[in-house]
Amino acid sequence: MTWDEMAPLLWQASGESAVMVAWSTLFTVLFGLPLGVALVVLDRGGLRPMPALKSVLGFLVNSGRSLPFIVLMIAITPFTRLVAGTTVGTAAFVVPLTVGAVPFFARLVETALREVGPDVVQAAQAMGASRLAVVRKVLLPEALPGLVAGLTVTVVALIGYSAMAGTLGGGGLGDLAVRYGYQRFETALMIVTVVLLIVIVQLLQSLGDRVARRLSHK
Amino acid sequence: MGYVVIQASGLRKQYGETVALDGVDLHVREGEIFGVLGQSGAGKSTLLRCVNLLERPDAGTVTVAGQDLTALRDRELNRARQRIGMIHQHFALLSSRTVAGNVAFPLEVMGVPRAERRRRVAELLDLVGLGGRAGARPHQLSGGQKQRVGIARALAGNPSVLLSDEATSALDPATTQSILSLLKRLNAELGLTILLITHEMNVVKSVCDSVAIMSSGRIEESGAIADLVRTPGSRLTREIFPLPEPPPPGSVTLTFTGDPGRSLVSEVVRKFDVDVSILGGAIEELAGGAVGRLRVSITGAESQAAVAHLSSAGLLVEVAQ
Repeated sequence: MTWDEMAPLLWQASGESAVMVAWSTLFTVLFGLPLGVALVVLDRGGLRPMPALKSVLGFLVNSGRSLPFIVLMIAITPFTRLVAGTTVGTAAFVVPLTVGAVPFFARLVETALREVGPDVVQAAQAMGASRLAVVRKVLLPEALPGLVAGLTVTVVALIGYSAMAGTLGGGGLGDLAVRYGYQRFETALMIVTVVLLIVIVQLLQSLGDRVARRLSHK
Repeated sequence: MGYVVIQASGLRKQYGETVALDGVDLHVREGEIFGVLGQSGAGKSTLLRCVNLLERPDAGTVTVAGQDLTALRDRELNRARQRIGMIHQHFALLSSRTVAGNVAFPLEVMGVPRAERRRRVAELLDLVGLGGRAGARPHQLSGGQKQRVGIARALAGNPSVLLSDEATSALDPATTQSILSLLKRLNAELGLTILLITHEMNVVKSVCDSVAIMSSGRIEESGAIADLVRTPGSRLTREIFPLPEPPPPGSVTLTFTGDPGRSLVSEVVRKFDVDVSILGGAIEELAGGAVGRLRVSITGAESQAAVAHLSSAGLLVEVAQ
């Protein structure tokens, strides 16, 4: 294959990957951030201890994380159909990608929030801050560098997941690699795809690191 | 000294088997600096945190400025806490905010409008001598500066009471003194009542009007320092002065506040047929004035009359058995 043949394929596949990763990142943050906050707030010794509910959430998160993504993706097909109306195409795969990444990101959020010292939380409570104010004005801003680092790791994981989604009809770079690299032995395209993935992940990771460092005032 | 601003009655708190507070009563009067002195593990930190209900006591009540905090619901408690300032051993500043942002925090919580917040933050930073550091981040400050930010933040809500949780324990001696003088100044200028806990006698000596000595979850002795030093057998007096304990049998320990006005020892020797030898003594500057403690041995035929004379001259006289 010549470069002129490869370029449009790569361009389209990258676009599909980007769409899948972007939307699932958005939904992952939307659901994973509150879930991570809940894991900390509801815990024993948290702002609003409800250990039973915390155990249930913890169990769900662990269950989500114990399935390999490719198994999870197949297992939740009925749910995907329910939410997206279809199980094929790039848009449909945002559902399993989000379901796969939410527990992962929630755990990272939990870890980042636990890094915030109990002394600043108590100081805020001593100043009369409500629980909501403690979460919004203390926990989240203080944990921001850790949250950004966690988000970076999550996006990288989502790129990996999205390649698997490609093999089941989601399109994107994974799909390209399977169809051309694996089934047609187009080694050149395979190499370009691999290099492209490596470059994208490196760029994302260093961007994430830089933002996290900029936000950290330790 | 005004009315009682902080009143804690019958506080009990237990963590599993450990009794942190074993029936503690505390009365802090308006405008005074009250110190709770004790070793670590004595329960003083739990006591302080019970005053603003960061810890909820198992039994007992806490009243601050006439309001029974133990009876309040969450929302009302948060409002009451806005009128109780607190400073912390490790400062507890938000690293995500600038100095000005940290001082603004309680004002945001109280719902003070932005323009008013800016004005008040500038005023508070000037008050603690940090006018030029508004834009700095906490990690760029020294320990003493961080505690000044903590103090400015604690004062934002015009509190009637300031709680100090070992506020100088992480600081070097010179910085400790500067923070203590700041607290003293705020106490004098704003009439701020301060309840502080510390394990350092030096803190009590240099700023406190009253003290409670705590050990094993109980208050062993409490009262105005000026009264305690005149009380026979006072533990505070024994701990302040570097005299050997227990005193040798027959020795006489004299405690006097301020200037005795005359040379009592030479007077005694002239008037009575006694010899006086000095075993030890010291004069300590306390917040209420200088207090001296002198241990002597009085021998001779008229030693009893000599001791009686010293007693009648207004000294606290303790004769060791």
